[in-house]
Amino acid sequence: MSSSTAINAYQPKTRVGRVTNFVDSRVGGSGMVKEFGRKIFPDHWTFMFGEVALYTFVILLISGTFLTFFFDPSMAETHYDGSYLPLRGVEMSVAYASSLDISFDVRGGLFMRQVHHWSALLFVAANAVHMLRVFFTGAFRRPRELNWVVGTTLLIMGLAAGFTGYSLPDDLLSGNGLRIIDGVVKSIPVVGTYISFFLFGGEFPGTAIIGRLYVLHILLIPAVILLLIGMHLFMVVIHKHTQYPGPGRTNTNVVGYPVGPVYAAKAGGFFFIVFGIVAAISAAFTINPIWNYGPYDPSPVSAGTQPDWYIGWVDGALRLMPGTVGNWDFEWNIPFPWGVNTLSLNVLFPALVPAGIVFTLMLAWPWIESWVTKDKREHHLLDRPRNAPTRTGVGVAGVVFYCVMWAAASSDLIATHFLVSLNDVTYWLRILVVVGPIIGFMIARRVALALQRKDREIALHGRETGRIVRLPHGEFIEVHEPVDEYKRYQLVSFESPQVYAPVADANGHVSRSEKLRSRASRFFFEDRVAPVTPSELTAAHSGHHGEIAGAQDRESIASH
Amino acid sequence: MKALSQRRRHPLAAIALLLMALLMVGGIYSAASSANQAQAQTESFSANDAEEGEKLFAANCASCHGLGASGSSAGPSLVGVGAASVDFQVGSGRMPLQMDGPQAQVKPVQFTEEQTRQLAAYVATLGAGPAIPDEEILDASEGDPANGGELFRVNCAMCHNAAAAGGALTRGKFAPSLEGSSEKHIYEAMVTGPQNMPVFNDANISPEDKRDVIAFLKTIEEQGSPGGADLGSLGPVSEGLFIWVAGLGVVIAFTVWLTSRSS
Repeated sequence: MSSSTAINAYQPKTRVGRVTNFVDSRVGGSGMVKEFGRKIFPDHWTFMFGEVALYTFVILLISGTFLTFFFDPSMAETHYDGSYLPLRGVEMSVAYASSLDISFDVRGGLFMRQVHHWSALLFVAANAVHMLRVFFTGAFRRPRELNWVVGTTLLIMGLAAGFTGYSLPDDLLSGNGLRIIDGVVKSIPVVGTYISFFLFGGEFPGTAIIGRLYVLHILLIPAVILLLIGMHLFMVVIHKHTQYPGPGRTNTNVVGYPVGPVYAAKAGGFFFIVFGIVAAISAAFTINPIWNYGPYDPSPVSAGTQPDWYIGWVDGALRLMPGTVGNWDFEWNIPFPWGVNTLSLNVLFPALVPAGIVFTLMLAWPWIESWVTKDKREHHLLDRPRNAPTRTGVGVAGVVFYCVMWAAASSDLIATHFLVSLNDVTYWLRILVVVGPIIGFMIARRVALALQRKDREIALHGRETGRIVRLPHGEFIEVHEPVDEYKRYQLVSFESPQVYAPVADANGHVSRSEKLRSRASRFFFEDRVAPVTPSELTAAHSGHHGEIAGAQDRESIASH
Repeated sequence: MKALSQRRRHPLAAIALLLMALLMVGGIYSAASSANQAQAQTESFSANDAEEGEKLFAANCASCHGLGASGSSAGPSLVGVGAASVDFQVGSGRMPLQMDGPQAQVKPVQFTEEQTRQLAAYVATLGAGPAIPDEEILDASEGDPANGGELFRVNCAMCHNAAAAGGALTRGKFAPSLEGSSEKHIYEAMVTGPQNMPVFNDANISPEDKRDVIAFLKTIEEQGSPGGADLGSLGPVSEGLFIWVAGLGVVIAFTVWLTSRSS
């Protein structure tokens, strides 16, 4: 029993001890547990969306594996003879028939399909909210730029996984979606028609596409996502977690709880909560009722044909694109040496340009910002969105741009449900997609600056209580209740960069990029509310109260 | 015969020939198209029905459709629209029109069945048109829902949605949801093409196929949603809205709870 070796002097006394010692002496687990178990994570509800994304991905793997047991990605023709009456005897592909079988004839199949689809929607939504949190709090700054890039790639992979999965059941809705993709691919200059032919193995829809999408959906894309998740989490551990500013929180520490036991328990429990939410939704609400749509056939298109929400904005961009402007129908015939190639800009432009702008800006933003600010320091303390007004404005502009296109994807439902004209909805959204982001930027930046001013007021004079007191000599004052020190710390401890003045090089020459940087910096930081200085604080709190100090402070604000 | 052959080079011969040809083609066409018209003419109206109907028409409809239903600037002529059209428009509550707009809205039915019948009888006397369909052709239990589903997807789903939940048309017009529509009204809509709907005559979709379509609609209406609440059968838009509002909302509530300090 007790195989005493010279290497391992430790003699465990219990059975559990023997097992763990066996493992530990072979793979050295205790080192990892010790290191990882003492990892500190800060507590804030906005830090948990990444976890939601991870958990929904796990749910996707589990439910997806179940579905692969019964799904047959074949486009061979068959006649349905399952238990769903309104489709009995209808000619369809094997893929659609097996999806119907999963829904009606496999025990628990419909539930698992709905779990898979609902968690896919939640996966991308959690990804999106997580990225918005990271963006608005500045968590993408050094040293996390690469992790931001990995995260953006994860989002794009999530869209790819969603779209390939959406197309698999080969129902009318998914076929319509594929037809749009086919149209977009064909609009790519010169090579588009060839790519379409290779992709579909001939003319659309062909008999190959479902099998090919299936391989991408269950093999390649999940593998890439898993790899990226591994990299993402690895970098989170290396970089340690960011935290919101507060008393005692610095760039060199993390205030929170260790993984073991607190976060291990919380995170493990949270997985089951997320699973429970998805399961409850899947049990009570139907998603993608493929039996409604019928088998795919290139001739019919149903009203209300939309992609899943995360592809909606691209569909919306296509809907917003005018067919013609004046006499020009966005068709450009390019005379190449080998013949004339037609460029359908009214498909190519909306399908690729908005998504191109959004993803390029997202990927480049960490570098854009650090170039403008010349800030190459490490940041482990987050910004409150109000304290970075221009970044917040840019983020809101992006959200508005996205949401207008997103809304455009449901223009028909907006028209029927709010009893307005479909054409008017389209006209308004066309205006909004251009004007909306600009207005959104201006409003968000102004609101951020206004909130900073409010913070300043509260830090200096406390909260307005609404209690009016009459002094013995007849003067009325409003009692201000000073904020406690912890709260005040949050209001005053933030960085507020100032406009960058261009620096001349050794020859006394101011380079073009320096000038550009200074112009960008002026755009970023010209409107600025100065943080409260310690001297202002002491001035505000010494010998006080009421109007006199208030008047001084107003002057000091105005002077900044 | 000789006289005819002698005049074959007459300057007007070509015109006469053309006239004859036109008459023949027109005659054949009218014969063929009347053969294609939905003819489930069974309900016979009495002269009294038409008389009562005329009075009702003069009191309720003539202000727009004109006396004698010959139409005015406010409403189209009803000569030749047939009893089916009246039965659909009045029986479903679309007529009398509640308000001017891109298309007639459904509102509570204003006439009794008896009165609707009388109005239909009156309009049917004005000119031949699709009649109110027979009970037998409306019996959904006789139809084949699978065939009806295929016909529905090819002919109807582009406006009415594959699950018959309705959809938008241009400039405020719309295809309504078909949930709750009676068999008779569905049939009448197909043969008369109300509002912006095209006419599906018997050559287009035979009466038996129309019955299959009705059978399909009634089947999906009765079976309900196999997968739980259907969120309006509106497709991915309502699903996306639901996961963002309800799904993410519940998740956020839990994240707030999990990170709140116990005090």
